[in-house]
Amino acid sequence: MKPFQFISATNPGDAVARLTKNPEAAFLGGGTNLLDLMKEHVSLPNEIIDIGNLSLKEIKATATGFHLGALAKNTETANHPLIRKHLPLLSKAILAGASAQIRNMATNGGNLLQRTRCSYFYDISMPCNKRVPGSGCAALEGFNRMHAIFGWSEQCVAVYPSDMAIALSALNATVKVKTSVAERLIPFKDFHLLPGNHPEKDNSLAHGELITGIEIPNNSLAAHSAYVKVRDRNSYAFALVSVAAGLSLNGNLIQSAHLAMGGVAHKPWRALQAEDFLKGKPATIANFTKAAELEMASAKALPNNRFKIEMGRKTLINALQLAFKG
Amino acid sequence: MKQNKTQLTPEEHRLFGDLMPEELEEVIQSGFNRRHFVKLMGLASAGLLASYALGAEQLFARAVETDEIPDLIPNAIENGVNVTFKVNSSSKSILIDSRMTLLDTLRERIGLTGSKKGCDHGQCGACTVIVDGHRVLSCLTLAATCQGKSVITIEGLAKENELNPMQAAFLKHDGFQCGFCTPGQICSAVALMKEAKEGQASFATTHISADAKPILLSDEEIAERMSGNICRCGAYPNIVAAIKEAQTGKNVPQNWLFTD
Repeated sequence: MKPFQFISATNPGDAVARLTKNPEAAFLGGGTNLLDLMKEHVSLPNEIIDIGNLSLKEIKATATGFHLGALAKNTETANHPLIRKHLPLLSKAILAGASAQIRNMATNGGNLLQRTRCSYFYDISMPCNKRVPGSGCAALEGFNRMHAIFGWSEQCVAVYPSDMAIALSALNATVKVKTSVAERLIPFKDFHLLPGNHPEKDNSLAHGELITGIEIPNNSLAAHSAYVKVRDRNSYAFALVSVAAGLSLNGNLIQSAHLAMGGVAHKPWRALQAEDFLKGKPATIANFTKAAELEMASAKALPNNRFKIEMGRKTLINALQLAFKG
Repeated sequence: MKQNKTQLTPEEHRLFGDLMPEELEEVIQSGFNRRHFVKLMGLASAGLLASYALGAEQLFARAVETDEIPDLIPNAIENGVNVTFKVNSSSKSILIDSRMTLLDTLRERIGLTGSKKGCDHGQCGACTVIVDGHRVLSCLTLAATCQGKSVITIEGLAKENELNPMQAAFLKHDGFQCGFCTPGQICSAVALMKEAKEGQASFATTHISADAKPILLSDEEIAERMSGNICRCGAYPNIVAAIKEAQTGKNVPQNWLFTD
């Protein structure tokens, strides 16, 4: 690791002020991704601002939904009685990710800021536009079996790794951010970015901004939701394809479908075409199949990941069936 | 250096006298050290300790003697951070380089080499320790963030001559082959007992919306909940059996037999 100064922030204002002052500083939450990146010399901060002692750890019901403190641990969030009861989709998605040890360390805010596990991003001897803008993308013509089928660009074909965020996307969450002057709210769909010509930017946070919490609006999906994750081994592996599905039903009729996909794009991929199709239709296998086909029609495979299109179609149908069954 | 001669129990004396006679005097004079421990592990994996179970159990529970490790010279430390935290039952105050992980601090500065460095990237679980009651990866924890915390390592699980039930179950079920992942496996499994008692959910839990209540772990649940600890020797069936026995307190059939 490159040498760095270690400082513990005393309150959120102090943390934001310190980060704003130093363009090469970084916040340390759970450290499960950042430390790894620092060991590989992918991240090279010269100052680490430990935010682990800040009191942003509350999980509670609000007037309009639920609040997750940015620094509450993933384990605590997944197991909180309110979350298990009212947002089982979120619990399930969190528990699909990483290992017990990592979930005990990882924070909710940090989970959203995970960087891609693209092996070319991690290997500093390889070109990577995300790591070194303008250096090229080794994955585009390299080993890209794990990579994107939606929304990629010639600059970057990496996928976003979080499971938790896929559920948050389906649940229409909002990210609460503290800046040096104010607080702002970022709708989940605008939080993570597609690579375009600037793959070095994973999300819309500016340097100096601190995630303080995540807000999730009330919903009627608890009884009909499912998180399905397909991966190379049954546990402790990143998704090839995952689907978070929630159905708001009136009898057999779908009032609204909430669908987001992981492992397929540079951000949580909200399956809007499938959602639009399902709205107001009966929950039948035929409709689930049609919705999945509509969504996957715009997928564009890379040389090694054509299988993800059929896998995505089947996983969408499977998740919808499981959500319907409840 | 140790002043007093090591007091061996009769069972330990018999074990050394029969199996490691050339080391008996050394152990009495200068204590049970890492080399003896490794040799004992070799005998254990060859199945030679079966008739010395009590002595072996007492020996495994002994803390391996370690010398005091001197402070590093000050200019060997960049961006020094003073940190005080509890390791097993004793408090440690130490000046560390800000880059030191908890794993390196335990191994290189405090002399507790039970926690293992497998991958050093949070992928294998060999470095698992218990911090403030939760299992975590010491290779991805900066020691500087441990101020005021309480760390339990494999060395802190036994109570004097009495093994933690999970350690005893791993021995009985042969829950290892090379043993490198074992300290992490056992720390992970010990913390898992508390998680199961609290009714924490896993990805294998079917009714996640139901109220949390104590869970009797199935094979599938153990596999899911222990997936952060990789065993390249593939001792998984024996690890699962050991965890089941430790959780239920009841005999679980061993997956192995003596063949002679």
